[in-house]
Amino acid sequence: MESRKKMDKRLIDNQLFWPLFALAVLLVFDFFYLKGFFQIEIVEGHLYGSLIDIVNRATPLMFMSIGMTLVIASGGIDISVGSVLAISGAITAIMIGGDLVFVDGVQHHVAHYPMAVAILVALVAAVVGGLWNGLLIAKLGVNAMVGTLILLVAGRGIAQLIVDGNVITVYYEPFFYIGSGFFLGLPFSIYLVAAFLALIMWLVKKTAFGLFLEALGSNRVSSRFTGLNVQKIMWACYAISGLCAGIAGIIVASEVKSADANNAGLFIELDAILSVVLGGNSMAGGRFSVIGSVIGALVVQTLTTTIYAVGVPPEVTMVVKALVVIVIYLIQSQMGMKTLKTPAASAGEGALKAGEAKS
Amino acid sequence: MKNLQINSKFVPLLITIGLFLALFAAGSVSYEGFFSMQVVLNLLVDNAFLIIVGLSQALVIILGGIDLSCGALIALSSMVAAYSLSHLNLHPALAVLAVLIVCSAFGFVQGWLITYRKFQPFIATLCGMFVARGLCFMINQDTVPITDPFFVTMATTRIKLIPGAAISTSVIIALVIVALYIYIAHFTKFGRAVYAIGGNEQSARLMGLPVDRTKVLAYTLSGFTSGLAGIVFCFYMLSAYGLNAMALEMDAIAAAVIGGTLMTGGVGFVIGSVFGVMIEGIMQTLITFQGDLNSWWTRIAVAFLLCVFIVVQRVLVLKREAKKRIRPVEFIA
Repeated sequence: MESRKKMDKRLIDNQLFWPLFALAVLLVFDFFYLKGFFQIEIVEGHLYGSLIDIVNRATPLMFMSIGMTLVIASGGIDISVGSVLAISGAITAIMIGGDLVFVDGVQHHVAHYPMAVAILVALVAAVVGGLWNGLLIAKLGVNAMVGTLILLVAGRGIAQLIVDGNVITVYYEPFFYIGSGFFLGLPFSIYLVAAFLALIMWLVKKTAFGLFLEALGSNRVSSRFTGLNVQKIMWACYAISGLCAGIAGIIVASEVKSADANNAGLFIELDAILSVVLGGNSMAGGRFSVIGSVIGALVVQTLTTTIYAVGVPPEVTMVVKALVVIVIYLIQSQMGMKTLKTPAASAGEGALKAGEAKS
Repeated sequence: MKNLQINSKFVPLLITIGLFLALFAAGSVSYEGFFSMQVVLNLLVDNAFLIIVGLSQALVIILGGIDLSCGALIALSSMVAAYSLSHLNLHPALAVLAVLIVCSAFGFVQGWLITYRKFQPFIATLCGMFVARGLCFMINQDTVPITDPFFVTMATTRIKLIPGAAISTSVIIALVIVALYIYIAHFTKFGRAVYAIGGNEQSARLMGLPVDRTKVLAYTLSGFTSGLAGIVFCFYMLSAYGLNAMALEMDAIAAAVIGGTLMTGGVGFVIGSVFGVMIEGIMQTLITFQGDLNSWWTRIAVAFLLCVFIVVQRVLVLKREAKKRIRPVEFIA
């Protein structure tokens, strides 16, 4: 038991080292090249500064990377998260909406439905989206990318139908608190991420779920033979991923005070996957680190903010992100090839993947 | 036994063709003016570039991979063409050549990463998509019009087939490429190797097929074809913009799947993609004729069809596998 713990610890240390290193490199660069990057001011009792801004902006991505980690750990992938984000944002925006009402000459913003109900409906819709993915992938055994592709294509259409093609603006003050409010000097959304992360960490570290998930991702067939309910675990992963996307959608809608079904969360699935890969997780499934992915999300956001701040056209971010993934993958595959002596055993699903064998 | 296998191979394709005819019949009955040659030809005119990438997508999927970069490569090709015509004042032929070289290079690098560096095709082509879109904006962030006389002539020329029905030059290009692809996929060593690798890469390797070379070549061909589609796209739009052909790769994948190509690789017909595209097109036309439906219904309808076809495929595969081995079905996935 003792030795296993030590080994686990070493592995986690190992896995978190690179994302932290990448983050440190970016921050050091920012420290030298961007003036006042580390400055944190207190304005009206709130902390302001680039660092706070990065964490705040990264919250939707952090949520999605948490969900994506679980899905990727199970050996799948969920590319529908961007569309689910759009759906959840659209539902919240249209249900809260907000009318301008004058009571005794004073402006009041009134929500169409109570905010709690709107948020609940949006989250339920997001979880249903996740369960739909689960149905296709866990139950029917469709390839994960293809299965989630359906919701990716349909989701945006559904979101557009909900908002009827308009950008819905929300006029309801309390709703903005989620995305841009401050609590004890820090943005409120940071607390949301922290709470959710704690919940997921408890789930994967203190319950058997994490162990089952790792087993499932490493080898589906033998997990099945061991008596694990493989399908149930997969359903859970996709449902959690949907939930994460739903929460992210609400945060985004609250941040920009509107819902744009066309552009909300466009390409965010790629950022989420990038975060997971940056977090040192193998795309082949198996061993995973949720914390690593959250750090990965921070790296992605820091990278984006840095590129904006340096003054390079923002579109270059795409090229840089792509090159980063390629480099990481090259390292992963190099390491994999060293340990994996047999050539090219990666045919078909569930086969030995290079990245997996690096331990 | 052999007869049976061929039958099940043709089933998705036949369903697709039947569905296309059914949709067309439904449209003809419901809407005035739907039953005309021009409606059918317009499907080709408006989707020529999609047909072209649908073909290459089908071939890559048959290989057991996927190519997500094709939409971005189309945007990049139009940008490269516009840039080399307007800024570098290149001859149109050279501009076309430049486009094809750039796109083939993209395809080659992706193929190399996938084959020799063991990237997942999904990741490698996703990176390619990012780089291509990023490059578009690095060349120019605005819409660039294409005013070159050759491109304009190609774009505006209409060839009359019968009175009242005409096609554009793009359609002819697309049809030539369809013929080429059918030849490549079904009548060459390369095509047979692609099917073999998609069926089982390891067996293909053990059989002595040039697996690595075929894979790199297939992705290079896919890049090259995306370049061709990009040029046809130029003829269609006569302008270039970095966000053009957004999410086109999804339409191409959907076309291939609806056309009966199995996502697991090894099974399918490139010609199926043409019908896949035609079905997507005819649904768009139906929704336009209907008039009071939002265009977003098209996406939902495409997704629905995609879903149905994937489930049908899955059932077919499960049945076949169940026949082959005495093993509980749920272990196979």
